[in-house]
Amino acid sequence: MRNKLLLLYVFCVLLKPNISYSLVEIDITRGNLDPLPISVSPFFSDEISKEKIKKNLDIDNLGIEISKVIENNLRKTGLFETLNKESFLQKPDIAHLKPRFEDWALIKSQVLITGKVTSKIINEKDYIRIEFKLWDVLGAKMVDGFSLTTVPTNWRRVGHKISDKVYERLTGESGYFDTRIIYVSEEGPKTQRVKKLAIMDQDGFNTKYLTLGNELVLTPRFNPTNQMVTYLSYFRNMPRVYLLNIETGKQEVVGDFPGMTFAPRFSPDGKKIIMSLAKDGNSEIWVRNLETNIQQKLTDHPSIDTSPSYSPDGKYITFNSDRSGYQQIYVMRSDGSKVKRISFGKGIYGTPVWSPRGDLIAFTKLHKGKFFIGVMRTDGSGERLLTENFYQEAPSWSPNGRIIIFYRETKTDDKGEGFSAKLWSIDLTGYNERLVKTETDASDPSWSSLLGN
Amino acid sequence: MNLSKILKNAFLVVIFGLIVTACATKKSVKTTTESSSTTTKEAETQKADPIEKLDALMQGDVYIGSDTVGELASGVPDRVFFATNETILTTASRETLRKQAAWLRQNSNVTVVVEGHADERGTREYNLALGERRANAAKDYLMTYGVSSDRIKVLSYGKERPVDSGSNPLSWSKNRRSVTVKAN
Repeated sequence: MRNKLLLLYVFCVLLKPNISYSLVEIDITRGNLDPLPISVSPFFSDEISKEKIKKNLDIDNLGIEISKVIENNLRKTGLFETLNKESFLQKPDIAHLKPRFEDWALIKSQVLITGKVTSKIINEKDYIRIEFKLWDVLGAKMVDGFSLTTVPTNWRRVGHKISDKVYERLTGESGYFDTRIIYVSEEGPKTQRVKKLAIMDQDGFNTKYLTLGNELVLTPRFNPTNQMVTYLSYFRNMPRVYLLNIETGKQEVVGDFPGMTFAPRFSPDGKKIIMSLAKDGNSEIWVRNLETNIQQKLTDHPSIDTSPSYSPDGKYITFNSDRSGYQQIYVMRSDGSKVKRISFGKGIYGTPVWSPRGDLIAFTKLHKGKFFIGVMRTDGSGERLLTENFYQEAPSWSPNGRIIIFYRETKTDDKGEGFSAKLWSIDLTGYNERLVKTETDASDPSWSSLLGN
Repeated sequence: MNLSKILKNAFLVVIFGLIVTACATKKSVKTTTESSSTTTKEAETQKADPIEKLDALMQGDVYIGSDTVGELASGVPDRVFFATNETILTTASRETLRKQAAWLRQNSNVTVVVEGHADERGTREYNLALGERRANAAKDYLMTYGVSSDRIKVLSYGKERPVDSGSNPLSWSKNRRSVTVKAN
């Protein structure tokens, strides 16, 4: 696993742009109904490289596959219209050297991505070297690019890193493509679901199952600083919060609590876990420091206090309590003081999750028999509902705070059949709602930070 | 921008909408039937018309039928039902729990797990807490009728283990329950 993650940058900032450009720029703060036309020219390979790569990966033309990864990522943002390759007038190898900008302007492409894949041997091991360039067609110039060398099996991640670079360059925001999603895979009838932890690339590829399904597992959440995960497991019928290292597979119970612990989430520095402890009919919020092993109770109220989530600066915690009679959203300082209710709209509110940008809290709302995913400011003002359905909950933010992923369950028919659970994503703007494809039914998604090198 | 492009984009959005709708249509999932549930009462109530049936099986929001009820011991029902978001024990629930307590007093070597459950109309984490609250409501009642606390464990399943897979008020009322299960 670690080997796979190893990306060797040979020279990363090979082609540093020296210009500012204003022609190609996207405003992603509004729903984009006029996506930017972009061409992803298939990355080209020489015949020798092709043969080598085929031997390694059993892929005939890796360049084409990488360009598909990029195209797919960009198209799904809703911000870009990826143009049909059939319409491209210039050959990939020539375009990569020097595009004939008129040809690309002719098909109304405003941005062009070109690239090259070659095989390489370093210390008698096979590597691939991928070079990419980003061109501004109207400005007739190259605006960005890099090359990197990595083990062949890492090729999809290269596609994601290129996508991130393009997204960053064109929107001014950090990307989210070189990321993973951990979730709960679900199979079997509704009354006896078998649930496993599963992890996949953000685009649905490279799914791996981390547990066998012998015990019920719920609510996995990424550590924002590394590849650790915290989740709830019913191992030996003792529902407890666990810590799992997804690279080594090692796991351990978090803390020593006299009752069910659940609803875990990491602090932004990754050193603490906040969670609920349920005992004698009362759920309170606790924090446990993973370095000092000191645990501390943060709430003290006979009501249900759960679903805690830190602000990105670690100073505040938002959570869910029914102390007013129904589930509402509260904010307190991270030491448990100054508890304040922030949700006052109609209906009941749950699962508050602080945005990584710090300015918003995403939530689930139940009103008149419908479930909504929405956002509000951290003082409760500016409530905005993004999507409505029969049942949906558990929002999780993309690392750049622009997209929310959640799960949705279907209503069963008269015979109690037709149940399904799926992951969906929606832009903060309320546009671009999409099914996130998974191998099995899925719930409880958590989006990782951008992966390192 | 020019009109044809706008139209084209709108067209793409429509196409995408159709794809998403198609993807969202799921094949059905088979449900399992309860093995220990059939009683003569169930057979009677099923013949009644739907609204009468609902009235016969629910009092307000609380399930009062018996078709899903298993037994802790002969003549001792294993479960009690709750109203939406509630942990209050109804008169019928208290009667059931008194029977359980009496049986447990007679069989002092038996230990039990009280499982707490919620329906699917709530967020997962809140329902875990709610299930724990319901299981403890039942446990507390058993204790007031003479069962010592070290013989009763509680285990919340939240909304994870419904007995009825339906998406309607009757199904939900059957799923809002606590179930007393022999542990040894």
